[in-house]
Amino acid sequence: MFNPAPSSGNVSVAGQVHHPALQHHFDTLEQQKESSSLGMWMFLVTEVLFFGGLFATYVLYRLRFPGVFAEASHHLNVPMGALNTAVLICSSLTMALAIYAAQVNKKKAIVPWLVATILLGATFLVVKAFEYKEKFTHHLVPGPNFDLTQFSPDHARPAEMFFSLYFVMTGVHALHMIIGIGLLSWLVVQSRKGRFDSTYYNPLEMSGLYWHFVDIVWIFLFPLLYLLGYHAR
Amino acid sequence: MSEHQPSIRPYILVFLALMVLTAATVLVAKFDLGAANDIVALVIAVTKATLVVLFFMHVKYSTRLTKLTVIGSVLWLAFLIGVTMMDYASRRMSDEVRGAPYEAPGRGSAGQLGDVGGPTDPVSSPAAADGE
Amino acid sequence: MSHAVSTDIHAPSSGTNYLNNGYGLRSWLLTRDHKRIAILYLLSVTLFFFIGGIMAMLIRLELLTPEGDLLQADTYNRVFSMHGISMVFFFLIPAIPAVLGNFLVPLMIGAKDLAFPRINLLSWYLYMFGGAFTLWAMIHGGVDTGWTFYTPLSTHYAQGQVMMAALGVFIAGFSSILTGLNFVVTIHRMRAPGMTWFRLPLFIWSHYATSLIMLLGTPVIAVTILMLAAERAFHLGLFDPRLGGDPVLFQHLFWFYSHPAVYIMVLPAMGVVSELIAAFSRKPVFGYKIVAIASIAIAVLGFLVWGHHMFVSGQSIYASTVFSLLSMLVAIPSAVKVFNWTATLYEGSVSWDTPMLYALGFIGLFTIGGLTGVMIGTLGIDIHLHDTYFIVAHFHYVMVGGTIMAYLGGLHYWWPKITGRKYRPFWAKISAMLVFVGFNLTFFPQFLLGYMGMPRRYWSYAPEFQVLNVLSTAGASILGIGYLLPAFYFAWSMRYGEKSEDNPWGAVGLEWQTSSPPPTFNFHETPIVTHDAYDYHDQRPTTAHKGEAALV
Repeated sequence: MFNPAPSSGNVSVAGQVHHPALQHHFDTLEQQKESSSLGMWMFLVTEVLFFGGLFATYVLYRLRFPGVFAEASHHLNVPMGALNTAVLICSSLTMALAIYAAQVNKKKAIVPWLVATILLGATFLVVKAFEYKEKFTHHLVPGPNFDLTQFSPDHARPAEMFFSLYFVMTGVHALHMIIGIGLLSWLVVQSRKGRFDSTYYNPLEMSGLYWHFVDIVWIFLFPLLYLLGYHAR
Repeated sequence: MSEHQPSIRPYILVFLALMVLTAATVLVAKFDLGAANDIVALVIAVTKATLVVLFFMHVKYSTRLTKLTVIGSVLWLAFLIGVTMMDYASRRMSDEVRGAPYEAPGRGSAGQLGDVGGPTDPVSSPAAADGE
Repeated sequence: MSHAVSTDIHAPSSGTNYLNNGYGLRSWLLTRDHKRIAILYLLSVTLFFFIGGIMAMLIRLELLTPEGDLLQADTYNRVFSMHGISMVFFFLIPAIPAVLGNFLVPLMIGAKDLAFPRINLLSWYLYMFGGAFTLWAMIHGGVDTGWTFYTPLSTHYAQGQVMMAALGVFIAGFSSILTGLNFVVTIHRMRAPGMTWFRLPLFIWSHYATSLIMLLGTPVIAVTILMLAAERAFHLGLFDPRLGGDPVLFQHLFWFYSHPAVYIMVLPAMGVVSELIAAFSRKPVFGYKIVAIASIAIAVLGFLVWGHHMFVSGQSIYASTVFSLLSMLVAIPSAVKVFNWTATLYEGSVSWDTPMLYALGFIGLFTIGGLTGVMIGTLGIDIHLHDTYFIVAHFHYVMVGGTIMAYLGGLHYWWPKITGRKYRPFWAKISAMLVFVGFNLTFFPQFLLGYMGMPRRYWSYAPEFQVLNVLSTAGASILGIGYLLPAFYFAWSMRYGEKSEDNPWGAVGLEWQTSSPPPTFNFHETPIVTHDAYDYHDQRPTTAHKGEAALV
């Protein structure tokens, strides 16, 4: 079931030029690549559980206050949320194309696709910022800003709870987007130095995995937060 | 990780599918299907996520270990949510057996300690006085 | 091709090794060598162990008398909270994996280093940052919430340094996650040729299982602490009943990690014990495959039992019943291990060196701790025993009688490998005796106290409990001395200890096939593995393998 280490690793690689990206504690580039990929997948496992705690919280309170959550959800901006969903899906495409470019050794195409991904990610964050500002002006930010009188007395606190979840979940997601953009920017710098080609593009692939994961989180956040009771708007 | 012949086509097709499914999820949400709304929304979201995982993240062409990792993480998430909800879902039954001293407010027992005047959900509880 | 064996296994090692390969603070603080990082961790966890120990001393001093006369009540709450936080998050969880695991995992599988050496160093820095925040919190008054941070006390009512302590634990959690990540990838991808999964030492199996728990569980407590902090800072109502929140949800999320966390603490210890029992019986571990699989079983089942911490929290009785049943199940693989270790001893060539004393101590004390765990996993009993000293005694038996004993046993066993020096066995055995006697005198009375109804986390108690409390405090003093002595003789050995040969115990394992201490890249040639883990058949005791007898 599990693969033993590659058997080519125990003999000296005399006469074989080491790939510049090969780190000394690995025997072959293949081993390094497989290790890096497995490492990124292990990290994504932790991310699934990290967001999972938030989703568990959401599930409980959603089932406890279904009507009020739907009512609170009506205050969210569905066009902006849908736009952001489309933006992220596009960014996943451009990310996949950046990796494809490396795979087929079209080195010059890597940077444009990465930049496109970054721009789309930035677009997402700008739209998010608008949304947050809108919540602020409408007094829907939990805490002192929240105007409880917008809801009937029995609905006010659960509505505030909805917005607590909204801000924590989309906020943690946005933080991951920011980190993702940082990661991609670093990749742009490395790509411009010609570091990636069809023999070595693993950092691109791993960052792609991270980026797609963040997209998947949003794929769940959008319907769960924005489309609650949409039919009753 | 993908040893197959690289091609753009799967990416474009998956992209289009994701866009269509996004539109679908918004469209379906406009209709009141009762409990089915949630189910349909989740089914669509899971489908979209699966497409991203299999094709954008190349899991379709990855090792068994990678596939096991994906399944394992989802399984553990299911444990977290499912087993936690096992408690909450059985609270009402449990409170009845225990002879809980007061009628728990809202749908599903809140498990609140003492009477802290917890918020009710008149929209969905049977004792709903007026509507919204 | 044969194993990469040093030419003369009887001669002490000489030449360049990882310790003398570069001097100066920078070479240590910027190292990527897993062995140096293990040493860094050794120093850090020892610091937190002594901090936690001082807190323990204060607790036991206060509990000498029934009245609360040494500390104020609130101070006492802060003392036991900081005791728990230091010990759980900054000692028990990291100690064996980050010290022994970091040092030995690459060596045992025949690799040059872990898969991600820089991430390994980052792990240590994250641990230090988390520790720094926590120390700051302690110095500025600490928290009184217990290490469990229950809401709404922690989110609303507690007046102490909740945010700082929570931040410290949050950061340290990432240290743990990265260590687990590193181990999983290393064990999958960097085994030497011929090192198949079922030839791996059980220490590796244990650390693999532990790493799975670290990856799957730690993120949940991380996000829970984040929610706690957000609630406290922004007055959200996630866990506040007045705002529609549910304090029991916090407990679900908290224990989803914190129960598996106890297996993070004990699985590596079990791995150590397997190594010690095999080496000092000169036999393979009985039922090797089953023990390996049992480690995985503990990791998996351990995630499904957390509700047994919540039997009296208002959890549904149906959920409680399910959790109780599953808790019985999780005891089985642990029990299997105990039986198999015992069977290993049978007809073995048993020697009574210090590591073996600790290993045997583990087996006995862990068994008591585990059995009492089954007792309190029984729903009907726990209703009465929850939040009493019975619980306190139970978890100290498994954590201290279990994990810490195994940690000490491992330190003694691998000390010659890590430092190239031997300790004086006389003092080591004295310490082991003091630890064993002191431990039992400290904690056995607590079973009785709990059963008689003494609550935990109280700074005063009913007068009829005093005799047992005095015994417990007396035991703690002895235990403290037992823990202090190794600090002295280990330090002494660094300077004056006899230099060690490659394989002072005559044990089987790749780590013994290289010099003591090992060179920076572990092996001069990548080993090739051709036999099973504990292949002692050709290693009959000879005069050359005197073990500790050679030290006097």
